[in-house]
Amino acid sequence: MAVRVQFENNNEIGVFSKLTNAYCLVAIGGSENFYSVFESELGDTIPVVHASIGGCRIIGRMCVGNRHGLLVPSSTTDQELQHIRNCLPDEVKLQRVEERLSALGNVVACNDYVALVHPDLDRETEEMLADSLKVEVFRQTVTDQVLVGSYCCFSNQGGLVHPKTSVEDQDELSSLLQVPLVAGTINRGSEVIGAGMVVNDWCAFCGLDTTSTELSVVESVFKLGDNQTAAAVQTKMRDSLIDSMV
Amino acid sequence: METVFTDMVPTQTTGTILCCECGTEISPNPSNMCVDCLRCKVDITEGIPKHGNLMFCKNCDRYLSPPATWISATFESRELLAICLKRIKSSLQRVRLIDAVFIWTEPHSKRIKVKVSVQKEVDKGTFLEQSFIVEFVVHNQMCTDCHRVEAKDFWNSTVQVRQKTTHKKTFYYLEQLILKHRMHQNTTKISNKPNGLDFFYAIKQDARKFTEFLTNILPCRYQTSQKLISHDTHNNTYNYKTSYSVELPPVCKDDIVCLPRKLAQQMGNLSQLLVCIRVTNCIHLIDFTTLQTAEVNGNVYWRTPFFPICSQKSLVSFTVMENERVMNRHVKSGEGASSTKHILSDCWVIKTSELGLHDDYIHTKTHLGHLLKVGDTVMGLDLKNSNVTNDQLEKMKESSLPDVILVKKVFAERQRRRRRRNWKLKHISDGASTDEGYMEFLEDLEEDKEMRKNIDIFIDGDKDIPSSADETEFPSVSLREMLQDLSIKDDVEMGDAGDEQ
Repeated sequence: MAVRVQFENNNEIGVFSKLTNAYCLVAIGGSENFYSVFESELGDTIPVVHASIGGCRIIGRMCVGNRHGLLVPSSTTDQELQHIRNCLPDEVKLQRVEERLSALGNVVACNDYVALVHPDLDRETEEMLADSLKVEVFRQTVTDQVLVGSYCCFSNQGGLVHPKTSVEDQDELSSLLQVPLVAGTINRGSEVIGAGMVVNDWCAFCGLDTTSTELSVVESVFKLGDNQTAAAVQTKMRDSLIDSMV
Repeated sequence: METVFTDMVPTQTTGTILCCECGTEISPNPSNMCVDCLRCKVDITEGIPKHGNLMFCKNCDRYLSPPATWISATFESRELLAICLKRIKSSLQRVRLIDAVFIWTEPHSKRIKVKVSVQKEVDKGTFLEQSFIVEFVVHNQMCTDCHRVEAKDFWNSTVQVRQKTTHKKTFYYLEQLILKHRMHQNTTKISNKPNGLDFFYAIKQDARKFTEFLTNILPCRYQTSQKLISHDTHNNTYNYKTSYSVELPPVCKDDIVCLPRKLAQQMGNLSQLLVCIRVTNCIHLIDFTTLQTAEVNGNVYWRTPFFPICSQKSLVSFTVMENERVMNRHVKSGEGASSTKHILSDCWVIKTSELGLHDDYIHTKTHLGHLLKVGDTVMGLDLKNSNVTNDQLEKMKESSLPDVILVKKVFAERQRRRRRRNWKLKHISDGASTDEGYMEFLEDLEEDKEMRKNIDIFIDGDKDIPSSADETEFPSVSLREMLQDLSIKDDVEMGDAGDEQ
């Protein structure tokens, strides 16, 4: 299911939220509208947590995580760290990282198995990523953009990359990630995919400007929504029916 | 090795994305939208007027280029396009103008359509190009110049040219000079007045220029006067009407003049009685008893003016009975230049009206020795029997006066010469004058090569060029001096044009 949402009249919702298969972090806004959208979609499956990092609301760009863990930058205060620790499930490892490129969300893109990182990221951070998030780390760029976290977004099902990504680069990234990739846009033609949307294995949130075309691309590549499952069920059923009849 | 190396060169194939609006496959661009969606979303021609007005003066075929300039422009011309684009210029500043062309419209539809292509950056480096049609409606509006003409308020300066003579030959000559130098172009009106012409001008400088032109080509003098029409005491502006009164000397070609004694002495001890052979920017005089010549310029003339002793109508016809060239003339000391084109001769003549009645031939000296043969007809003044009133002449001793002064040879009958004339002149107004004075002017031109140099003569296409055998009979204009007039109707003449200069 893909949902359109806006954070205080801002469409870049990936900046203000962090969504994984095990938890969801939401920035503390002036109103609860943003939070309640997440809450209504995810509330009965995973914890949806109000959080801030270093007193900032741009938590989506500051931290990186998957269902195994969460890495936060060194600017995170002890109190914030304690709050997040209290709210997240116990099996999620939470760790603070001493990293020069402190906007971890911009320099790292990951799902539960693989992470693409900025080529200049510290070796220590890379090791920490591998340990805490249990991912295989690749130093990569997307269309010569080093901020891989900003310009691509992927889950365990699929991924969306910068629209200018060439076919060869898509193939290469796809073989690294072992998920299908599609070049596309979000928020009516915006190229900053990672900032414009958040996604996990069953749900995606996009900026309010996202057009229906973009939304359908998101739904199909991340294998969300009912159509997709219905189609899949149909083909599966047809196959099995044919099998049984033969 | 080489093959491995070439395999490693990465090839980049641009992928396709879906247009974020309509979902068609496009290659990525800065706005990530297909061209059609982009067009729908943004109209770069917004704010550019699609209709406009042009002001057109149908009297002078000019278009108004605001604020106050009137420019003559033909249909679909570069000038007209400039005027059209100027009307929408202010709104075109936000976009880049790529192209502008006319779309054909019926000329009398009073509509002018211009197809304009513009380019503009819409967002983040996407350039959108769009063309649209601007329709201009042509409205009639009289321009200020035409308005003044219509209101009969179109001159503020006038040049009044006057000559106190009985004929208009000088003005015919003047017309040709004006045409040759294109001095009539700024004139708003030329009107005929007794003894002369009035030239009207809208700008004072033009009138002044014309006056200067006159003083250069004829020995004239002028006076200026101004009449105050209106004035504004607050900003010290005065509106005048200016008049230039130009007076031409009354002396013309073939006039007999009597110089004041003092002037005659100054000019090289000439005799006082002289014949004027030509008037250009100075008066050319010849002493018919000695062939001495004198040139009197405007300054000298108006300091000591002299007048013809008779009108050209009082010349009578004489027949030459005997013509004897004077071989050894006694040259006095202090004589000025003498003519080499004339020959001094002793001539015995009789009035043509009295021919055969008696044998009392009258003896006179003449400068026409090179032209006259026995039996020729010649025009002259019978000084002995005519009643001349001239102050200078009356002071002269009676014994020093000749009986007859011969002025010019009569070549052939006027009608015949007219028929054989294969050239023509241009005129400021339509239609050539046919009066006697004009015919005499044309004959004078044929006889005087020096005078022809100053004016333009055109081939008369309606007449055949006469055979060269007749040319000796009376003087004519050689083909070499004529110009080919531009006429579109007949191509035949173009073959002859090779002979001329």
